[in-house]
Amino acid sequence: MTSFLVRRVAGALVILLIISAITFYLFYAIPRDPARAFCGKICQPETLALIRHNLGMDEPLFVQYWHWLVGIFVGREFVQFGECPAPCLGYSFATQEPVFGAIVDRFPVTLSLTVGASVVILAFGILTGMIAAWKVGQPLDKVASASSVIGASLQIYFVGPLLAFYLVDTMQLIPRPSYVPITESPLEWFTHLLLPWVVLSIIFTANYTRMTRSQMVEQLAEDYVRTARAKGMSNRAVFFRFAWRGAMIPIVTIFGVDLATLLGGAIITEQTFSLHGIGELAVRAVQNTDLPMLLGVTIVGAAAIVLLNIVVDVLYAFIDPRVRLG
Amino acid sequence: MTFPSSTTTDDTAADSVETTASSGSGPAIVGRSPGQLMWRRFRRDKTGVVSAIIVLAFFLIALLAPVISALYGKDPYTTYGQNQPGLLNEYGYPIAPNGGMSGEFWFGLEPGLGRDVFMQLVYGIRTSLSIAVIVTVITTVIGVVMGITSGYLGGKTDYVIGRVIDTLLAFPSQLFLIVFLPVVEAAIVLPEEETPVWLRYVSICVVLTVLGWATIARLLRAQVLSLRTREFVEAARVTGASPGRVIFKELLPNLWTPIIIQATLALPLYVGAEAGLGFLGVGMTEPTPDWGRMFQVGANVYHSDVTYLIFPGVSMLIFVVAFNLLGDSIRDAFDPKTKR
Repeated sequence: MTSFLVRRVAGALVILLIISAITFYLFYAIPRDPARAFCGKICQPETLALIRHNLGMDEPLFVQYWHWLVGIFVGREFVQFGECPAPCLGYSFATQEPVFGAIVDRFPVTLSLTVGASVVILAFGILTGMIAAWKVGQPLDKVASASSVIGASLQIYFVGPLLAFYLVDTMQLIPRPSYVPITESPLEWFTHLLLPWVVLSIIFTANYTRMTRSQMVEQLAEDYVRTARAKGMSNRAVFFRFAWRGAMIPIVTIFGVDLATLLGGAIITEQTFSLHGIGELAVRAVQNTDLPMLLGVTIVGAAAIVLLNIVVDVLYAFIDPRVRLG
Repeated sequence: MTFPSSTTTDDTAADSVETTASSGSGPAIVGRSPGQLMWRRFRRDKTGVVSAIIVLAFFLIALLAPVISALYGKDPYTTYGQNQPGLLNEYGYPIAPNGGMSGEFWFGLEPGLGRDVFMQLVYGIRTSLSIAVIVTVITTVIGVVMGITSGYLGGKTDYVIGRVIDTLLAFPSQLFLIVFLPVVEAAIVLPEEETPVWLRYVSICVVLTVLGWATIARLLRAQVLSLRTREFVEAARVTGASPGRVIFKELLPNLWTPIIIQATLALPLYVGAEAGLGFLGVGMTEPTPDWGRMFQVGANVYHSDVTYLIFPGVSMLIFVVAFNLLGDSIRDAFDPKTKR
């Protein structure tokens, strides 16, 4: 277990190093110059050179990258701009703040959004899939299948505003989506995020319903289920004690893959409901061509996915005892 | 952007054997190619035929947009609401109910600029569909080449391509999409210049392609790995067939089914991804009509004018549902044994 974790984390670090090098190269090899943007319209060549020097941009690209890497561990200081304390992922000149700080500030929003949506997706998707498998071929099963086709075809940027219009503006059933820290008021945190959770999970839930159903149907045809039945186990017990465990293994795999997409969906959801999360930060950085911020967001996003995939692999071993980590 | 992984097994061969056996007992033996068999099965599937008609209608509308515009007498660029008094109120919202729907403006007017919604929608299909088709074709070609190369050659090549595919699939593509769009553009356009429309179009295609080919490549790699050891491939190799012949004459005919299925699954996703970019404000720029930007405007004005959001939303829902159902029907027709 320990050796598995060490190996996976080391592999993840190598991947992140490669990603950051490629991203860094792509961002800083282009002619768009943060120093020029900072210098303003009337820019003396000397001023520009000074700014570039202060930012360390007059050095070769790989030296800049090295500075960036070292900055993560020891921090950096940008003369006349500001200090960037230790984990320094760069300094955003558009918003005049260290990139890492901006990301940390917005992290709870995106975390609340994605974790909440994951709970909705798994709970609701697996539940409806189970029901459909339990009643296979009956009307309930058909309704579940049909709605999963429509659900999977919906778009966040359409359903989001539409539901907000009917549930928030017209019927006033739930408060307008916003982020209330859970430490301030757990109840308001919940009610204000309810709509974003539902909207973000709609497109995914359908998929999980479909997968759970087909997996359960497949598992119920397996030999071990027949053996259990032959020994006199009740339908219910076979279903809830045996078959679901086998059905969950592929679901967990797919969920690990979907995490990346979920993060992408979070960007659109945050934009739809004006939640100030990391996705919204990224979109704003794109509009301002704020390269240091974009680099930071990309690396943090990639790191999150790599980490979560390791967590999923560990979860595997708990669900399926046949899986050996090592 | 995930592509639902399709589990298709290659049983075209087994299937044709079955058909020969059953038709052998009939009065006349008719030889049918797998393509003909697929077409016969497809025609019997009502859902599939209806979906195909809807999808075709969307493509026709996109192709015939100028004709529709001429018949309807409006274009997507004129700001009717601002030119004619009495259409928009002082806040820029249509005065007539339901977003300004009337005999003259069938689907109403765009809040603010006052352009015709019906024309925006019709011309918007062109943008979304053409990008989706281009990207689907290019990703499929690249994916097929990479997948077959990786699976057929094996060894170091396979390892390298495999790692690239894994890395591409593991990352938040939506984030990379919006992050790399300005990078692609900035590499060509100077900061002082305005980005031309064609360049935005090309860069959207490039970024979607770079991030999209890995899915189909992974699928084909797996297929080739299992096909490679089959007897007919080995027989061809033993009789001295060149790698090119093995790939094009032995492997490729068996791969058409997963390729076509994967492409039909991918296309609606690209339509959605393109619109998503427009919604986030990094997609197609004004004045090119684009569904994504309609969603962006719709999401801003829905408090006062929900109709403007509903038209692109429902149109896109119909298209994506129809295309997904069509994809399912094609899969059934190619591969009748796959259970869904």
